[in-house]
Amino acid sequence: MTQKNRLQSGGRVDRSTPLTFSYNGKQYTGYKGDTVASALLANGVDIIGRSFKYSRPRGIVAAGPEEPNAVLQVGATEATQVPNVRATQQELFNGLVCESTNGWPNADFDVMSYIGKAGGSMLTPGFYYKTFMYPQSMWETYEKFIRKAAGLGRSPLENDPDFYDHLNQHADVMIVGAGPAGLAAALSAGRSGARVILADEQSEFGGSLLNSRELIEGRPATEWVASVVAELSELDNVLLLPRSTVNGYHDHNFLTIHQRLTDHVADKAPAGQARQRMHRVRAKWVVLAAGAHERPLVFGNNDVPGCMVASAVSTYINRYGVAPGQDLVVMTTNDFAYQTALDWADSGRNVVAIVDTRPNPNGDRVAAAEKRGLRVIKGAAVIEVQGSKRVSGVSIASIDAKGDKVVGSVERLSCDTVASSGGWSPVVHLSCHTGSRPEWRDDIIGFVPGKTVQKQLTAGGINGSYSLKACLEEGARQGAEAATNAGFEVAAAAVPAVAEVKEGAAMALFHIPHTKPTSRAPKQFVDFQNDVTAAGIELATREGFESIEHVKRYTAMGFGTDQGKLGNINGMAIAAKSTNRTIPETGTTVFRPNYTPITFGAIAGRHCGERFDPKRYSSMHKWHLENGCTFEDVGQWKRPWYFPKAGESMQDALNRECKATRESVGILDASTLGKIDIQGKDAREFLGRVYTNAWAKLAVGKCRYGLMCGEDGMVFDDGVTSALGENHFIMTTTTGGAARVLEWLELYHQTEWPELEVYFNTVTDQWSTMTISGPNARNLLAELTDDIDLSNDNFKFMDWKEGSVAGVPARVFRISFTGELSYEINVQANYGLYVWEKLFEKGAKYDLTPYGTETMHILRAEKGFIIAGQDTDGSVHPYDLGMGWCVSNKKPFSYIGKRGMAREDCVKPNRKQLVGLKTKDPSVVLPEGAQAVKDPNQPIPMTMLGHVTSSYWSANLNRSIAMGFVRGGLERMGESVFYPLADGRVVEAEICSPIFLDPKGERQNV
Amino acid sequence: MHYIYCPHCEEYREEEEFHAAGEAHIARPLDPEACTDAEWADFLYFRTNSRGLHHELWVHATGCRKFFNMTRDTVTYEIKEVYKVGEQPQVTADQ
Repeated sequence: MTQKNRLQSGGRVDRSTPLTFSYNGKQYTGYKGDTVASALLANGVDIIGRSFKYSRPRGIVAAGPEEPNAVLQVGATEATQVPNVRATQQELFNGLVCESTNGWPNADFDVMSYIGKAGGSMLTPGFYYKTFMYPQSMWETYEKFIRKAAGLGRSPLENDPDFYDHLNQHADVMIVGAGPAGLAAALSAGRSGARVILADEQSEFGGSLLNSRELIEGRPATEWVASVVAELSELDNVLLLPRSTVNGYHDHNFLTIHQRLTDHVADKAPAGQARQRMHRVRAKWVVLAAGAHERPLVFGNNDVPGCMVASAVSTYINRYGVAPGQDLVVMTTNDFAYQTALDWADSGRNVVAIVDTRPNPNGDRVAAAEKRGLRVIKGAAVIEVQGSKRVSGVSIASIDAKGDKVVGSVERLSCDTVASSGGWSPVVHLSCHTGSRPEWRDDIIGFVPGKTVQKQLTAGGINGSYSLKACLEEGARQGAEAATNAGFEVAAAAVPAVAEVKEGAAMALFHIPHTKPTSRAPKQFVDFQNDVTAAGIELATREGFESIEHVKRYTAMGFGTDQGKLGNINGMAIAAKSTNRTIPETGTTVFRPNYTPITFGAIAGRHCGERFDPKRYSSMHKWHLENGCTFEDVGQWKRPWYFPKAGESMQDALNRECKATRESVGILDASTLGKIDIQGKDAREFLGRVYTNAWAKLAVGKCRYGLMCGEDGMVFDDGVTSALGENHFIMTTTTGGAARVLEWLELYHQTEWPELEVYFNTVTDQWSTMTISGPNARNLLAELTDDIDLSNDNFKFMDWKEGSVAGVPARVFRISFTGELSYEINVQANYGLYVWEKLFEKGAKYDLTPYGTETMHILRAEKGFIIAGQDTDGSVHPYDLGMGWCVSNKKPFSYIGKRGMAREDCVKPNRKQLVGLKTKDPSVVLPEGAQAVKDPNQPIPMTMLGHVTSSYWSANLNRSIAMGFVRGGLERMGESVFYPLADGRVVEAEICSPIFLDPKGERQNV
Repeated sequence: MHYIYCPHCEEYREEEEFHAAGEAHIARPLDPEACTDAEWADFLYFRTNSRGLHHELWVHATGCRKFFNMTRDTVTYEIKEVYKVGEQPQVTADQ
């Protein structure tokens, strides 16, 4: 394939290094230094996709991140697919594979275009809202169709083979953009010795200088760029980041930079290299030198391939050596676009005409074009383009001085390319990310950054300073100021000499009038990516959408992957005019991060797979793995869930574990329970204030169960706390609540009762805890200790003893969550596995059976013990749980929860209360969450009485058991409630005590 | 993401190490039993929800684990000051 639009010379591409790539299945050749866009243009590819709504053919219109149409799917393999890549930003590499995102079945022949043609007037703004909303149940069907037809990019179906990095950085001065202003700023700041980061989204530094033929010190500007980059590279305090888009400017000068490390090298990153890196920069001062984007003008059929932004045409010629056509018509409201005509002429192509909307343009560039003999048509505009898959000509006409209407006759000109310029829009996006509202300036016809609370300076195009001289001066000054503000006093770097170009005043014109009213004229596109037209915006305002934010949402202007970089200002101008307001009165929509789309890979960095979230393991984890354990995630902990033997179902395993524990002895790894060491002379007083029960008289050597409530009186955690010494306690919490409880204790100590002398420390990880439970628990433990008297008289239920177990120093607590004779053995965590294995060595003869959380839940439910977080939900107080025995009314201090549970609503009768539930059919296990009703025949909505919180099959009782809330349940023992289930069954259950087994608690006291 | 000076550690740390713990200066009534339900509800639930200057309680959760107060602008997210529990803010809305 020949590169028919490639110029013989010029540009920054390396013609000695050809690169082949595939676009829509066809092979093309470009050169090193090309972007996919410049290579496609070189090859004469006009159509790059189909439009979102009308399915019109679209071509490349811009040369940077503002490109709305050339949004490609890139990737040679399924795993390396990247959606929505801007062809204008993707550097070419050998073997690159890409395809159009839009267009079904393909971009050249498109089914939807017929719908678009037939239904052009049907697809008005709000079309999707109005048409596809009803019936709601059909939305999923519609969405699939719309997505397929509209062609948003698709994500890969396989895992990304590449890895991505995050890097935290600190900078004294962060400079965004390495055009003339940014480079000058970096020179000033870099020379001060301040830590400087200079980031630019392009592959090379230089910004607009790479695209122009301007001279600095009488030599090509790129030579100056090279000398600056060379100096900066030598400075150790300066970090240069090319291919790095500053995508977000967050609070307190925190910036996120998306650096593409290998996207320009190959489809997949070379081995051992990160594909992309996210820099997270905290900067003392920021200099925004992000430049400006040129606005295209809005005129009839301005979306036909061949219509481009004027500066983009210059960029393709000057930077890439590509003239994307033969016969050019330029339309402009300002002097800048004359340069495009001059560049075009210099490349040996035909400039048909420069159509200037101003009646009397008078700048230097105008004079240069006229001197060159180019035809300049003044006070006129291109009102309409001819052609469908490529521009074939234009209609031009004289317009009035305000640009409101066509005043002359229409002339037709043949051409294949239309370059338009409506002036420049400063890239204020990053400034807006910080919450600052941009301000309109009539003199530059654009928004500039508004007031900010950030330590931020701006320089160059972002300020509406478009001359090279101004960019260099502002950059040097602001770079020096930023460094000085950051504590590195320095003078501004000297500014090199540049020619001064006299600019004529630009005309504030956005929307070119047509001979017909906007609603009847050929479509005049504002937002190419979302197919928003001038007529659509006017219609939206007529339908009453006056706020620019509403216009945006109604028309979809500014949505999509380009976020309205190209079209938003034009759209706002049209909305302003159609509501008889000024642009500042109309205002702008809000730009939010990210500036350009960013891959999920870069956002995730290394935080994926195994590194997504920490996993916590007990010391005995290895044993669990070796013994066929099935795990349950509890917070970050991997807790044993149950231990199935070969051929066992989960229920089989649970039945076996439950029976073995009640009949002989079972063992649970309880290491994950939160453990908080509490010391200090006021520790006891403190416990009394945070628990609902009494702690003043708990003797050393004793353990006590406690309930913890919030100030609202609602239970939020529970656990056993033991007196290790007069002023030393060990508190246990639920596994998931450990961190919350510790912070809760700290909160009250630090903010409410700092006068209490008490200290808290987490010791969860320092201890391994194994609970042996069952009638043989004492016999088993006796085999491993000779210094703890295990007799029932000397080591009572709710006592704890210090001694050794298997030769390891241990704290043994005789507490029970199963209702069986039970010992909780705590040893230093690194001895955990050893002691555990010793227990199994000695436990074989007792058929010591490991069990996990599920059997623990069943065994405790047989005893009616609650699990905070399962049987409580933040709306139940201790009395609701039938646990009034755990609430002291005698404590002098008004402990946390006391006042709360005395509130009117908390003491009213008929609250939902936790009760036991026995299904009438003992084989039926209620689903947890099932809703209780009194009368299942009541018409829906039925009066709901509560719900099931815990429900299991109890092998020991050979029936189902459940706990749940029932309104007034504690007063309704023996009554029936009904549970209508989703499958149509209605389960009847009898309200009973939640203590299903051993109601007198004899088993644990043996 | 905020950049927060911990008055206990006496250095700036990233927000990831902290979390907010609600409005500052909400003192637990010294005699809860003397509070009416309305007063207790006020203590429990009602907050100023300020637009602009706001005094907040923060905790250096993965740092020193200590609580401290912050005066912050809820519109601009500007941190005006941090001060220890028990101290009074220097920057207030009446100024």
